[in-house]
Amino acid sequence: MFLEFEKKLCAGGLTERSSPLMGFLDAALEWNRNDSSIPLLEKVIQGLSINSILFSKPAEPYQTIISYLAETSKGVIYPEDCETRTFLHDLPISRTLDTGEIVTILKKRKGVIIPDLGLITYGMVSLEQAYVTYSSICFACFVKFFSDYLWALRNGSVDHLFQKTFSQVVKMLDPYPSFTGSLIKGPLDSEQLVLEAMDEAGRLTVENRLVDSYFGNISCRLGNILYISQTGSSLDNLTGCIDPVPMDGTSCTGITASSELDAHLGIIRETGCHTILHGHPKFSVILSMDCDKAGCDQKGKCHIQCSEERDICGIPVVPGEVGTGVYGLCNTVPKAIQEHDGVIVFGHGLFTIGSEDFYRPFSNLFHIENQCREEYFRRVSDLLSP
Amino acid sequence: MMYGWCGKIAKIDLTTQSWEIEEPEQSVYHKFIGGRGLAGHYLAPHIHLAWDDPEMPVLIFCGPLTHTISPTPGRSTFMSRSPLTGTIGDSSVGGRFGTELKKAGLDGMIITGRSSNTVGIEIKDASIQIVSADAMRGMTTSQAWAGLKSHGSVAAIGPAAENNVRFSNIIIDKHYAAGRNGLGLIFAAKNLKYITVRGTGKTRIFHPGNLKKAREEIMRLMSASPVISGRFGISKYGTGALYDLMDARNMMPTDNFQKTKFPDAASMNAHAYDKQFQPKKTGCRGCHVQCKKITDTGRSIPEFETMSHFSALIGNHDREVVMEANRICNEMGMDTISAASTLACYQEISGHPISSAKIVEVLLDIAYGKGSYANLGMGSARYAQSCGKPDAAVAVKNQDLSAYDPRGALGMALAFAVSTRGACHLRAYPISHEILRKPVATDRFQFAGKARIIKINEDVNAVVDSLTACKFTFFAASLEEYASVFSAVTGQSITGQDLLKIGERICYQERMMNAKNGFSRKDDDLPPRFFMEKKADLSDSILKPIDRNAFQKSLSDYYTVRGLDQDGMPVPEKASELGLEWI
Ligand SMILES: [Zn+2]
Repeated sequence: MFLEFEKKLCAGGLTERSSPLMGFLDAALEWNRNDSSIPLLEKVIQGLSINSILFSKPAEPYQTIISYLAETSKGVIYPEDCETRTFLHDLPISRTLDTGEIVTILKKRKGVIIPDLGLITYGMVSLEQAYVTYSSICFACFVKFFSDYLWALRNGSVDHLFQKTFSQVVKMLDPYPSFTGSLIKGPLDSEQLVLEAMDEAGRLTVENRLVDSYFGNISCRLGNILYISQTGSSLDNLTGCIDPVPMDGTSCTGITASSELDAHLGIIRETGCHTILHGHPKFSVILSMDCDKAGCDQKGKCHIQCSEERDICGIPVVPGEVGTGVYGLCNTVPKAIQEHDGVIVFGHGLFTIGSEDFYRPFSNLFHIENQCREEYFRRVSDLLSP
Repeated sequence: MMYGWCGKIAKIDLTTQSWEIEEPEQSVYHKFIGGRGLAGHYLAPHIHLAWDDPEMPVLIFCGPLTHTISPTPGRSTFMSRSPLTGTIGDSSVGGRFGTELKKAGLDGMIITGRSSNTVGIEIKDASIQIVSADAMRGMTTSQAWAGLKSHGSVAAIGPAAENNVRFSNIIIDKHYAAGRNGLGLIFAAKNLKYITVRGTGKTRIFHPGNLKKAREEIMRLMSASPVISGRFGISKYGTGALYDLMDARNMMPTDNFQKTKFPDAASMNAHAYDKQFQPKKTGCRGCHVQCKKITDTGRSIPEFETMSHFSALIGNHDREVVMEANRICNEMGMDTISAASTLACYQEISGHPISSAKIVEVLLDIAYGKGSYANLGMGSARYAQSCGKPDAAVAVKNQDLSAYDPRGALGMALAFAVSTRGACHLRAYPISHEILRKPVATDRFQFAGKARIIKINEDVNAVVDSLTACKFTFFAASLEEYASVFSAVTGQSITGQDLLKIGERICYQERMMNAKNGFSRKDDDLPPRFFMEKKADLSDSILKPIDRNAFQKSLSDYYTVRGLDQDGMPVPEKASELGLEWI
């Protein structure tokens, strides 16, 4: 049980190998290893009604980013990406490793940042929740750091510390991802082929660190069936987690399908595509939130009702929230994706499509993210040059 | 001054036909919240009484979030000692009864005594009247509703309760059942046919701005939830949306739990009802999910449990019969799950299938206590016992299992066994993580970790039933978000984990009440068929019998986590830690 999440954390570049300390509690408490922090964490567990806990120091560049954000915040970090807004709300900080303070914070929120020492997160059902929260905090802080820097640069408010930290962080970024291999070729004309291709594309997306494994979904159409990843499934472990959904609506088995099922069906209806990939690559998300429109009256509501027609490198950017509400992205993405390789949802992530197999959606996810990253640093250098 | 709560409870004595208003200390509200928690607090001192003792109270409570803009606020709790199980008996019910009660300025009512003739209670704001209802004896619940709806929200019993059916319900506003524990029979024991309530008051909100913000956070999560708001979710199809999934997971109880796959499932699913009957959305007051489906002609589409048990469990392939069986159960005021289960039990014992064409007739015989099926009104467990075949009843503490085969979800197996009101899927609702993957998926074929998960979720749902809110909301949101709603409404600063502690207190108090009446480990068990290799025909299924040792180990773990001794009995130290008086 512990091993699975140790592996995921390391492979995703979220922690160093020796760092994660994990506890799981049913009638008795078990730890993944020995550590001097265990007595403290046991006290934290006693103060809460939970069944799993994770304490780990984030790997770089997350550690530097989170320490900077913690230091410059007033006790709580407020990221504006969609994941945080929807699921985490905000990111509280405990200045010290004090049991009382940590328990007080965790009574209210799913995780706590302890600057220089790491993150503590927990689950009430499984360790997976602790992992997801940990990963979400890293993601949210990364996105906030780069967004804030660009915003501060536009507004001439980058101070020495910010500039110094930014330069450090940039040096520690992963190299640009590149991919030269191949994927299962279409047409994907049998259920087995569909499942294998989805499995492969999902796994490669995570292995190449385009997204963290929990964030994203994938689908493939075969005849009148849409095969789609289940809600809360991991792109790098889709075995047994793909729902066949009859497109004529005659069965509700799709009730466990991804919350973006409606968006996927809408995209297929509008474009006739057969394969769809959705993930949250970081620079696509960061750039989607970079807007220089002065005095905009939609400010603060960009994620639900931005009225501008925006694009990044020709890829449309649309507002929309997770799921099927009035402001759901299922209402914006399908229309916008026509005649494009993909669509970026404001503060959220990227959808890409293909006609035969997953090569096009996968490589486009790749290219768009790399383009966004290049574009980010182009904007930075434009703003820095007089 | 109080926010959220009204600070008033009506105590009505039917023997003396008098009533008074109690104004509880604020600390009582802080300790038990409302709904199920507060009802339990007022039931505890009387739990040793027989269910039909005149002094046994019926408790009806709403909560601090009732009649506010909190998402899904419209539920209320009905509670007493269950005539079916002998345990505490309670039901969280929808409709608009809770809302009207709150508008009338009451957090709850406590009804004791027994009237010498049949009466109704009519509440209109500060006025409470006990009126003769002799003329209404024998009326069906919809007849009662039609005559009373101008008085506000209506809670009424039907012929089943009047004819001593152990699984009789109280029906709210024609369509909503306070079901499962036979609470209708308590009304009948008091000679109480109905209660109407209407109010004009407003709920005082401590911080409307924060409430609006907290509401938006929950609404955003609900929109993001496929189970609630998705194309195949319960907002679109009602709870029947689960039918296909139970079929796909091979855990649809078939032929009285002798099989787990129903060959005709595809033609009996929610989509088929939707297509044939084209229902419209409706639902509890103040709720935007609107999971209740009703046709233009006022026919109610069955809930998932009813849809499943009146088809697969009893071998019926006719949707029209399911619709009618559902209607008759509501009209008569009978629990659909128990009614279908009792038919299934009868079929197994007698070896005589009841044909689809005859089902409605049999149900009417049960409700009116006449004909050769009259004795089925005692419920499956007592009936099987009387035939000398107790194992033919698929029940825990005499209450029939709902439509999830526990071999297909081992957390559900444990939850059925330990529920304080007899077999109940809603106490811990492990289907949420074992099948619906919310908040994350757990391995449904493993007991590992389940003891604590069940305990925590029992605590969560005790809070949900006390606030009040709807359990379906918790496919998407959590107590973390509801704590903000609670704080904004009441002005009492609280966290999700603080609320959980209250939930633990509520559950422990229920265990204490059951222990007082002799319930212990021996009662926290499943019917033998789920552990037996031979009994079940699982040849076409992926399910295996439950490993009895693993089950017992998980049960022991649950007792440890819950702070009970290994016989499942409460201990004074834990009770005092939770601030409970020993009973
Ligand atoms: Zn997404």
